[in-house]
Amino acid sequence: MKPSAFDYVRVASVEEALAHLTELGDRARLIAGGQTLMATLNMRLSAPELLVDISRIPGLSGIRLNGSTVTIGALTTHREIERSPLVAQHLPLLAQAAPQIAHAAIRNSGTIGGSVAFADPAAEWPACCVALDATIVIQGPAGGRRVRARTFFRNLYETDLTPTDILVAIEFPVTPLARRSVFLELSRRRGDYAIVGLALLARPAEGLLHEVALAYVGAGPVPMLARQAMAALEGRAPAASVMQAARAALAHDLQPGSDLYTSAATRQHLAGVLLDRAVTQLLSGGAAPHAIA
Amino acid sequence: MTARDELPVQGEHQTLSRGHVGRADPRPNAKRLLQGRGVYIDDLRLPRLAHVVFVRSPHAHARIVSIDSSRARRSPGIIAVFDGPAIAQVCKPWVGVLGHLKGIRSPTQYPLAMERACWQGEPVVAIVGETRAEAEDARDLVEIQWEPLPVLVDMEAALAGLPVLHPELGDNICFERTVDTGDIDAIFAAADLVVEETFHFGRHTGVCPEGRAILADYNPAEHSLTVHHATQAPHMIHDILARHLDIPEANVRVICHDVGGAYGIKVHVYPDEMCTAAVSMLVRRPVKFQADRMESFVSDIHAREHKATVRLAATRDGRILGFDLRDLTAIGPYSVYPRTSGIEGNQVVNLTGGPYRHSHYRARMHAVFTNKNVTCQYRAVGHPIAVAITEGIVDLAAQRLSIDPVEFRRRNLIPDDAYPYAFPSGIRFEKLSHHQCLDKLLELMDYEALRADQARARERGCYRGIGLAAMIEVTNPSAAFYGVGGARISSQDGATLRLEPTGALTVLCSVTEQGQGTETVFAQIAADTVGVSMDKVRVITGDTATTPYGGGTWGSRGAGIGGEAVLQSGRALRANILDAAAAILACDRATLDVADDAVIDRLTLRSLLTLAELGRSCYYRPDTLPAGFQSELMVTRHYVPRDYAFAFTNGIQASWVEVDIDTGFVKLLGHWCVEDCGTVINPLLVDEQLRGGVVQGLGAALFEECRYDQEGQMLNAQLGDYLVPMAGEMPDIVCGHVQTPTRTSELGAKGAGEAGTAGAPAAVMNAINDALAPLAARVTVQPFTPERILAALGRV
Amino acid sequence: MPLPEAEICLTVNGQVVRKRVEPRQHLVDFLREALDLTGSHLGCEHGVCGACTVRVDGRIVRGCLMLAVQADGRSVETIEGVSDSGELADLQHAFHQRNALQCGFCTPGMLLCAGELLATSPSATREEIREHISGNYCRCTGYQAIVDAIETTLASRRATAGASEA
Repeated sequence: MKPSAFDYVRVASVEEALAHLTELGDRARLIAGGQTLMATLNMRLSAPELLVDISRIPGLSGIRLNGSTVTIGALTTHREIERSPLVAQHLPLLAQAAPQIAHAAIRNSGTIGGSVAFADPAAEWPACCVALDATIVIQGPAGGRRVRARTFFRNLYETDLTPTDILVAIEFPVTPLARRSVFLELSRRRGDYAIVGLALLARPAEGLLHEVALAYVGAGPVPMLARQAMAALEGRAPAASVMQAARAALAHDLQPGSDLYTSAATRQHLAGVLLDRAVTQLLSGGAAPHAIA
Repeated sequence: MTARDELPVQGEHQTLSRGHVGRADPRPNAKRLLQGRGVYIDDLRLPRLAHVVFVRSPHAHARIVSIDSSRARRSPGIIAVFDGPAIAQVCKPWVGVLGHLKGIRSPTQYPLAMERACWQGEPVVAIVGETRAEAEDARDLVEIQWEPLPVLVDMEAALAGLPVLHPELGDNICFERTVDTGDIDAIFAAADLVVEETFHFGRHTGVCPEGRAILADYNPAEHSLTVHHATQAPHMIHDILARHLDIPEANVRVICHDVGGAYGIKVHVYPDEMCTAAVSMLVRRPVKFQADRMESFVSDIHAREHKATVRLAATRDGRILGFDLRDLTAIGPYSVYPRTSGIEGNQVVNLTGGPYRHSHYRARMHAVFTNKNVTCQYRAVGHPIAVAITEGIVDLAAQRLSIDPVEFRRRNLIPDDAYPYAFPSGIRFEKLSHHQCLDKLLELMDYEALRADQARARERGCYRGIGLAAMIEVTNPSAAFYGVGGARISSQDGATLRLEPTGALTVLCSVTEQGQGTETVFAQIAADTVGVSMDKVRVITGDTATTPYGGGTWGSRGAGIGGEAVLQSGRALRANILDAAAAILACDRATLDVADDAVIDRLTLRSLLTLAELGRSCYYRPDTLPAGFQSELMVTRHYVPRDYAFAFTNGIQASWVEVDIDTGFVKLLGHWCVEDCGTVINPLLVDEQLRGGVVQGLGAALFEECRYDQEGQMLNAQLGDYLVPMAGEMPDIVCGHVQTPTRTSELGAKGAGEAGTAGAPAAVMNAINDALAPLAARVTVQPFTPERILAALGRV
Repeated sequence: MPLPEAEICLTVNGQVVRKRVEPRQHLVDFLREALDLTGSHLGCEHGVCGACTVRVDGRIVRGCLMLAVQADGRSVETIEGVSDSGELADLQHAFHQRNALQCGFCTPGMLLCAGELLATSPSATREEIREHISGNYCRCTGYQAIVDAIETTLASRRATAGASEA
């Protein structure tokens, strides 16, 4: 299990990286944390000619609050997000999701940009981005652009990124104080990719749910925004009939697939179970943005 | 009363325990492993070391039309490329059959596929390079033209001969066995209760942390072969290398270093490893093969793929009358050499119903060929299947009769005063302790309290369950296991003890160490029997050039058989030490003893002569000893059990689980294991053997399965997809012991290494089914995945 | 075509090392093959088993999921280094006493992984210990002894810290 030979360049700027990508197209691959790519290289499932190491480009890492937006640089590690007071304060959903990503050693190296760019629908960050209506910041040869996460993920492992693009940051709108979040997933062993998971945000008020956002992990080719279930819950009290309607709506919202251990039907069922649990948990607390100290 | 009478009576033929045996000593040889200073095969550095990698068949069944390795040969760093016929020139093929497994058959197997490949992962071409990476680069350049052949993956189809995999054999049956004590149909027809269930068991593999590894170093000047090998049985491998490579036995040496887990995986002859030795002869250089993780999944032996239908007949008052078993197992395209792939099914037949008094038994077992990877003996061989079958059907019977599973077992477990006891099938038990173990288990787990908790939990819609699994286990195998069948596998082991001039004690033993603590328990036994302190003992194992001849480590035999050899050798050495001391001190030998590294006066317990002084005199100043006296400070003794074919042990486990009926997830809340392995030499090590074994069994119950598609492709041949048990989901495990020493040896130790694995899956299955009982759901297909549990509940 | 090579300079266990490497060589192969630091093991080479866990700039990483060239300019610590420095001596002692290892193959990775917990979560619970080591595969022990040993070490470090504060 040794990778095929490739050349390697460590770049100091996005422009330099873009120049390599422009020259070699898909014969070059970007590497940052490498937590997914390295395994595929070792297995020879991927054999690029050139690895472009972007991990030390200055300015692509870090978490900044700017007005009502938190910007997370693409090279920020899962661990940094997990430990960030800024994230805990303004984006509690991310703080809830981060510890559920793989294991400590992986979280120390893996980056949010790599995870979102790889776009594994079973990964946590893509669903969080969709639930939080984040914006993906991309730089390409023709300049920069911003793409809503809700349109960024196009199909299985397919995004708005072209082979000559670099994901540089993700912008998250600060979660308002009254809005709570829950991140739940079902994985057979800790740190495994989830069979199914969800990110739920809502503002509960007098027993009613408002501003509901619901995105699923592992329930389709992309992180799935459950629009009909969101509509079924919006402005309502989660009584049994409402929950039943929301669960039924998931049949339209999700397109779960089958894998080695879990059928599509089971995923669909589990998505409904998680919805019930998430709503219950949200009403009994959930995570709220901290009041500013 | 005289002073002499007050002394502990320790004649020459009694164990003179000075407290090492029975003590929870940590393992001295673990310290290097804790500092990363262990030496596994991949850590060895030899001059001109070459690396071999294998092109493996991508097809489950295909004819080799042509192999073009010309580009591979020209690739940088490539030393040589070999195909099947080239290796067959150097290495003789084999057939994995044994005489006592009547009727077992297998085709001839070569190190590399000759004309066709019969499973995905079978080695086809060997590429030798200066580095592993270069050899892998060249591997991508080998072009093989394949003609796909019909693929046989289903056991039932295999049994029906659709199609026949090896035409020369006529059908797909590798081995079949029938036991029938008579009258079964009549007994079952007349019984108050007959229950029947079919159990399915997923294929597993061992997933040793260190992949299989061999470094073969052929020296053409001497026509000698030194093999550094991660193996459990160096003498067996030594014999096989000598015979198949046509090298005189005396010119072969097999050395084991640290072994990164074995569990039965590393006790077999593997074609790629035999090929590596042949390659070393051909390229006249040391050659290393280190299996990587992905090739391990398709080339390490698999095990446990069974479908078993069992019936149990009982009286209305809960007395078991008999068992009726039909077992089918798929073993891959070849019976594995030299232990065969018939043993697992054979064990299932031997062990089903094992803990319970019953008068009637019928079993029919078929082991059939398929185009999946080969199967063979893996930790607890056949036991997890037999225990699950037995305990599953026993619980079902208890449920039908509305008898508590504990009470049902009390009524049927062989009484503790019934020994020696024999089953109608012929299996004989020296002495077991089922009822003592059950009592101890119930006390440890507080059975009544758990039942009360379970009832309270159900009231709040939480489904918890308790599962019991009683078991018997084959340990300390005699020649009946392999030797009588013609296998050149030693059932006896030897130990050499040498007193060094400094008073240190060197122990050389044929049993090997893979972390179980073999060397530590030998040191404990040697220290006690000779009379030295533990820190004076050095144990050497795993080198066929230096240790006595023996079987190695497998079948829970190391402590029981190797340990007895050490004990007998220690006793003989102590006698020789006393002879020498009497000569030096010119006194009556009967007044002397050895304790605390010195010869002492038995009356006063005063030290008369340190062993260092004795060693100095015997080795350096023999001129000062009486004329005609020759000291013998190195002795060898061997041991093999003769009275019984096996030292059966027994034990019982309990699992306490919570089933989430909405998700099908199972949470392991607790696990208890009570085991009677006879004399406990080191409780610390025994308990960790049990716990590690239990967790392997828990993996089987909940996670592990080699999944194949209809084309014979293993779908989860990597560690992200083949799910092994990890720390997050495993429970703490409470261990308890009952000690019934075997009287077949003075040490009295029986095996303990496989008990945990044997019983845990059954306990979990019964616990899940206990939890699901109010919902009228049952699971019988291992592993018990969320999907399968939800299906049983009718949720999906 | 000559294979690409790169020169790297890094600190390994406190010593500055300058070597030419193939870019494709991952960090563990570099440590094992170029430096003969064979205490870090290759268990799966796809990031699942944790046997190759080493520290880079003070944080544990999977050595098989990082290229040697990526370690250029960084500080790498292996089991050999932390053993010689005595940094984990108490943990190693607790592992030994508790028999928290059998074959020992996973042990170096397990120790480094646990070492990070000792440093960052001094009051970790048993559950948190299990969570933290949940990415390190051990086939021999069943994990309980490992959890015990880490728990013991955490407790003794807390006691020592408490005593020194008092």
